Amino acid sequence: MTAPASIDEIELRLRERRYIGDRGLATSIFLALKLEKPLFIEGEAGVGKTEAAKVMAEVLGARLIRLQCYEGIDLAHAVYEWNYPRQLLHIRLLGEGEDRRTAEREIFSPEFLLRRPLLDAIDNDDVTAPVLLIDEIDRSDEEFEAFLLELLSDFQISIPEIGTIKAKKPPFVVITSNRTREVHDALKRRCLYHWIDYPNLEKEVEIVRARAPEAADGLAREVAALVQGLRTMELYKVPGVAETLDWARSLAALGATRIDATLVDATLGAALKYQEDLEKIRQQVPAMVEKARGA
Amino acid sequence: MPEPDLLPRLGAFARLLHDAGFEAGPRRLTDATRALTFIDLKNEPDFRGALRSVFVSRKDEIATFEAAFDIFWAPPDPRATAGALPGRSRALPLSPERAKAWAIALGLNNSQMNREHDARTVPATSSGYSAEELLRHKDFDTMTWEETEQVRRLLEQAPWRVAERKTRRLRAARSGTIDLRRTARHAIRSSGELVRLFRRRPRMRRRPLVLVCDVSGSMERYSRLLMIFAHAIARREDLEAFVFSTRLTRITRLLRQRDLDRALVSVSKGVHDFSGGTRIGEALGDFNRHWARRVLGHGAVVIIVSDGWDRGDPEQLTSELIHLRRSAHRLIWLNPLLGSDGYQPLTRGMVAALPYCDDFLAAHNLQALDDLGRMLAGLDSRPAMR
Repeated sequence: MTAPASIDEIELRLRERRYIGDRGLATSIFLALKLEKPLFIEGEAGVGKTEAAKVMAEVLGARLIRLQCYEGIDLAHAVYEWNYPRQLLHIRLLGEGEDRRTAEREIFSPEFLLRRPLLDAIDNDDVTAPVLLIDEIDRSDEEFEAFLLELLSDFQISIPEIGTIKAKKPPFVVITSNRTREVHDALKRRCLYHWIDYPNLEKEVEIVRARAPEAADGLAREVAALVQGLRTMELYKVPGVAETLDWARSLAALGATRIDATLVDATLGAALKYQEDLEKIRQQVPAMVEKARGA
Repeated sequence: MPEPDLLPRLGAFARLLHDAGFEAGPRRLTDATRALTFIDLKNEPDFRGALRSVFVSRKDEIATFEAAFDIFWAPPDPRATAGALPGRSRALPLSPERAKAWAIALGLNNSQMNREHDARTVPATSSGYSAEELLRHKDFDTMTWEETEQVRRLLEQAPWRVAERKTRRLRAARSGTIDLRRTARHAIRSSGELVRLFRRRPRMRRRPLVLVCDVSGSMERYSRLLMIFAHAIARREDLEAFVFSTRLTRITRLLRQRDLDRALVSVSKGVHDFSGGTRIGEALGDFNRHWARRVLGHGAVVIIVSDGWDRGDPEQLTSELIHLRRSAHRLIWLNPLLGSDGYQPLTRGMVAALPYCDDFLAAHNLQALDDLGRMLAGLDSRPAMR
């Protein structure tokens, strides 16, 4: 598949794959591709950050390589690790007389290398450069950020025993963050930045229709309106688009084509994940349903 | 390039962003120039979007960027009244001299440059006690320079360090779990014999501190000193700081300036309700909903500083504290009044709060702050018994 030639084309291709994003996101993606820079996407939980990267891989006809970050993630988990058990086995099976130097060269060859996502993204034979998704970078720590900074500036990895591996074609890098911690400015400076906001009502209805087609049109609109209402309330955890979709699917699974107070009350857990929030909203369900049905 | 004068204009725009506190150096300018060759310059949203994705790198910069863009690329009709553009009333954080210079350079009058000045005079809404939220700027200059310096030096030299927690990152150590990677490496060199076992254990890191400081009228006498305290810790510990009286303001970034006086000036500029009334429950609710997930990771210790003179709803205070305590490693309440003789924590707020705090300590003088420091240094790795 050829690379998209314009912002319009990106918007169109995202839409074809049922991703309804805003013009700003399409612009950022387009420029990230053109300038060959990583794209740093931030936004609240459940607004479709990870999904954007997944769909981009489809749009480009590229492989998606995903690295899920967590606290304490290190090079052995992110880049490569030698397969020590195999190496040990190999070296112990060698006879006495055999040349140790050759053996050492043998066991430090790519055959004994466990390739992790970052190495895979740099060193591969893909026809189209892969999409590298570095998901939830805010969960990792400063050491890992520093390493990424280096990797993203020259797209090469050096393995002492093998040498330096440089990407034939740099991957399209998408970094996401939920902002549970501020990511260092130096890393952000290497990237183009986009903040994904919650969609407005019309857009959210469109998203529900595209992503949860099992929900009837009336239901899609009413659920979107309900969630839009919830987002204006003071909650510990505001529902994201992912919650809207879960909710629409749950209601559709119950056979609903419109919402009513009983159904909403029974499925409220699809949207709200804190007991305090549930208690607070429970009392207001009838009024909210009425308002959403009028939307 | 369709417009021959676009490059110099882009350079000027980068300077405006720079003056407004953005990172807008040569690299960014180069990126912006390249970015613009790929888009249709006549399409305003795309033009704006392209520059936004290059120059912005934090959510809180977006509003400032939009304001700068409006002022620079799409100046409002000079006849339009200030703030007439809906949703675009945010001011550019420029120093007065720079604002004036830019206004002249762009042919604008000052009200169009800095529209927030008008917004500031809008009186607060009619919500009971806070109706007269005092939107005034507090001067810090009543404390003499010598006193400030003394207090700061003492705080900076205080010998304590916040207690540590285990991280998930492992480091080589004499004892601990076996480090397979190093052990195997070593074994390979000795023909596959496990001659020596290498071990590793979790690296230790100091716990992050979160300071939530009451700066309402009743706390006025202490707030200056507490800000100096906050600035001193921010220099050496991982500190997130917030102040509140009627609403919550994050001052972490403002405190990062090295120079105390400049930091204090930024804080008093950035916080508009110094010495207003207090609604502790609401402020903590705001913290719980909007900041807790971002700043309470990694076993943070939360310190609330307040005298407990609360005009809000005590029930709300209780429920927010319960929530807060669940996500904090330790919840400490500092009360400056605790230092005075015969003080009994009988204010409504204090009565509501006491059962849910892990510690209740004084904070009226340097000695008390030092005691606090020693306590932070000795914190147990397990959460407090609750």
